[in-house]
Amino acid sequence: MIREITLGQYYPGNSVIHRLDPRVKLAGTLVFIISLFAFHSVEAYIGATLFLAAVITVSRVPLSFMLRGLKSIFFLMMFTVVFNLFLIKGTPVVSFWIFTITKEGIEMAVSMAIRLIYLVIGSSVMTLTTTPNDLTDGLEKALHPLKKIRVPVHEIAMIMSIALRFIPILLEETDKIMKAQMARGADFESGGLIQKAKSMIPLLVPLFISAFRRANDLAMAMEARGYHGDEGRTKMKPLVYHGRDKMAYLILLGYLVVMFLLNRIGFFAGLWGL
Amino acid sequence: MGIIKARKLAHDYFKLDDEGRVESVSRAVDHVDLDVQEGEFVAILGHNGSGKSTLAKHINAILLPSEGTLLVDGNDTKDESKLWDIRQSAGMVFQNPDNQIIGTIVDEDVGFGPENMGVPTEEIWQRVEKSLKAVGMWEYRSHSPNKLSGGQKQRVAIAGVVAMRPKCIILDEPTAMLDPNGRKEVIRTVHGLNKSEHVTVLLITHYMEEVIDADKVIVMDQGKIVMQGTPREVFSRVEELKSYRLDVPQATLVAHELQKAGIDLPDGILSNEELVAALEEYRKGQRNGN
Repeated sequence: MIREITLGQYYPGNSVIHRLDPRVKLAGTLVFIISLFAFHSVEAYIGATLFLAAVITVSRVPLSFMLRGLKSIFFLMMFTVVFNLFLIKGTPVVSFWIFTITKEGIEMAVSMAIRLIYLVIGSSVMTLTTTPNDLTDGLEKALHPLKKIRVPVHEIAMIMSIALRFIPILLEETDKIMKAQMARGADFESGGLIQKAKSMIPLLVPLFISAFRRANDLAMAMEARGYHGDEGRTKMKPLVYHGRDKMAYLILLGYLVVMFLLNRIGFFAGLWGL
Repeated sequence: MGIIKARKLAHDYFKLDDEGRVESVSRAVDHVDLDVQEGEFVAILGHNGSGKSTLAKHINAILLPSEGTLLVDGNDTKDESKLWDIRQSAGMVFQNPDNQIIGTIVDEDVGFGPENMGVPTEEIWQRVEKSLKAVGMWEYRSHSPNKLSGGQKQRVAIAGVVAMRPKCIILDEPTAMLDPNGRKEVIRTVHGLNKSEHVTVLLITHYMEEVIDADKVIVMDQGKIVMQGTPREVFSRVEELKSYRLDVPQATLVAHELQKAGIDLPDGILSNEELVAALEEYRKGQRNGN
């Protein structure tokens, strides 16, 4: 049962977006998020929407997958919307009892909701089209300059990729231990929250012990195969920019410029409106 | 020229108490002399706790000797500057297939060793292809190791070692966690490598069936080498093997019991086929005698 959980949310495919260098996708996501928060005119939101729609279409990932991520932030979004709606002062529109809804509040709530939704969808595009491994590789390469200030970039990336490799193994193990304990009468289902938490102990202790044993074995196997950090290490699948990656960077730059201009137009439009 | 050469090799495990003082010392390997020639297929047999795994870890310089010396391809394992040379010339395959696969995709895992050695990218791919083909796992190159069977995972692990182009491969009970089919798969692969690539193989196991095709069998007990010779020589001493709590192959055991019952069979029968042939021979002799 527990084995069916898939990790990461990679949606296999062969679109241009899938084949892009992970660094481009990381940069793209970053640029998109910045554009969401730096520019806030109606025109800019339209621009962002068009850009996002275009990327999603090109990636050929079904929209339902993109929207799946929204479930997890539903409550956060409700909070933000409600707070913005009621707490921002300005020209009152509706007021009842002690609550007043203002024009500014509505504007803020709507724009915050749009930002959050686009933020989640935007990063979903990246995680859906990039394998966890590529993502780690991309991060390692992108953060490489940080090595100068002694950030152990390679080690962090290695830890991440090993964690990814072992998650399914540990899940399977959890399943096995659970079944073994259930066979001997353990009850993981009934009882209140505290009871349930307590019943996790006989599951977690053996799991931890086995994880440590695996870590020990793995460390030995890595050493036996000559692992000694990233010094003098070569890459089997090095990240190399292709033509399409350069194109993607240009498109990103174009997007930023357009967004900047759209925001300006919005600003002037606002002025004229006055 | 000997690729592995151990002289009076000993290793102690220290048990420490809470304050870090030595509580007790147990000697896992006790003055072992070992010579392995290049291209040989050597099997090391022994009951649990006989020190065979400890010995194996010395050859890859994961453990260092407490006493004595160990030369691997001419390099002393105590010489730290030669550590990576030693690990490259003596590759190691461990027992648990899950705990030694590092990559999330088969080909990435096989490339891990060459990556560490600093092999240029292009050559890594050539090596990965060659070693995956050598173990018959090339079709699975883009699979996730989690979806493979135990025997397949172990073959990937072997390919990972082969890609480092070692002169010698040490397999530490590579089949202990596998089903009979997986066991056969792995042993067949190892024999294939030994024959086609002339890799020296050191197979550590407690399954007798796996050692009958070896060039040399070494039996260990309580840290010492107690028997040494060709499989035929070793298995003809059934009573002695039993005293080390080791089983002998079934055919050998049957032949031995028949001998004891007064039937005249040759010593050192290893396989069912040999037993059948010997019995036929015996029957013919009986008829002629009558």
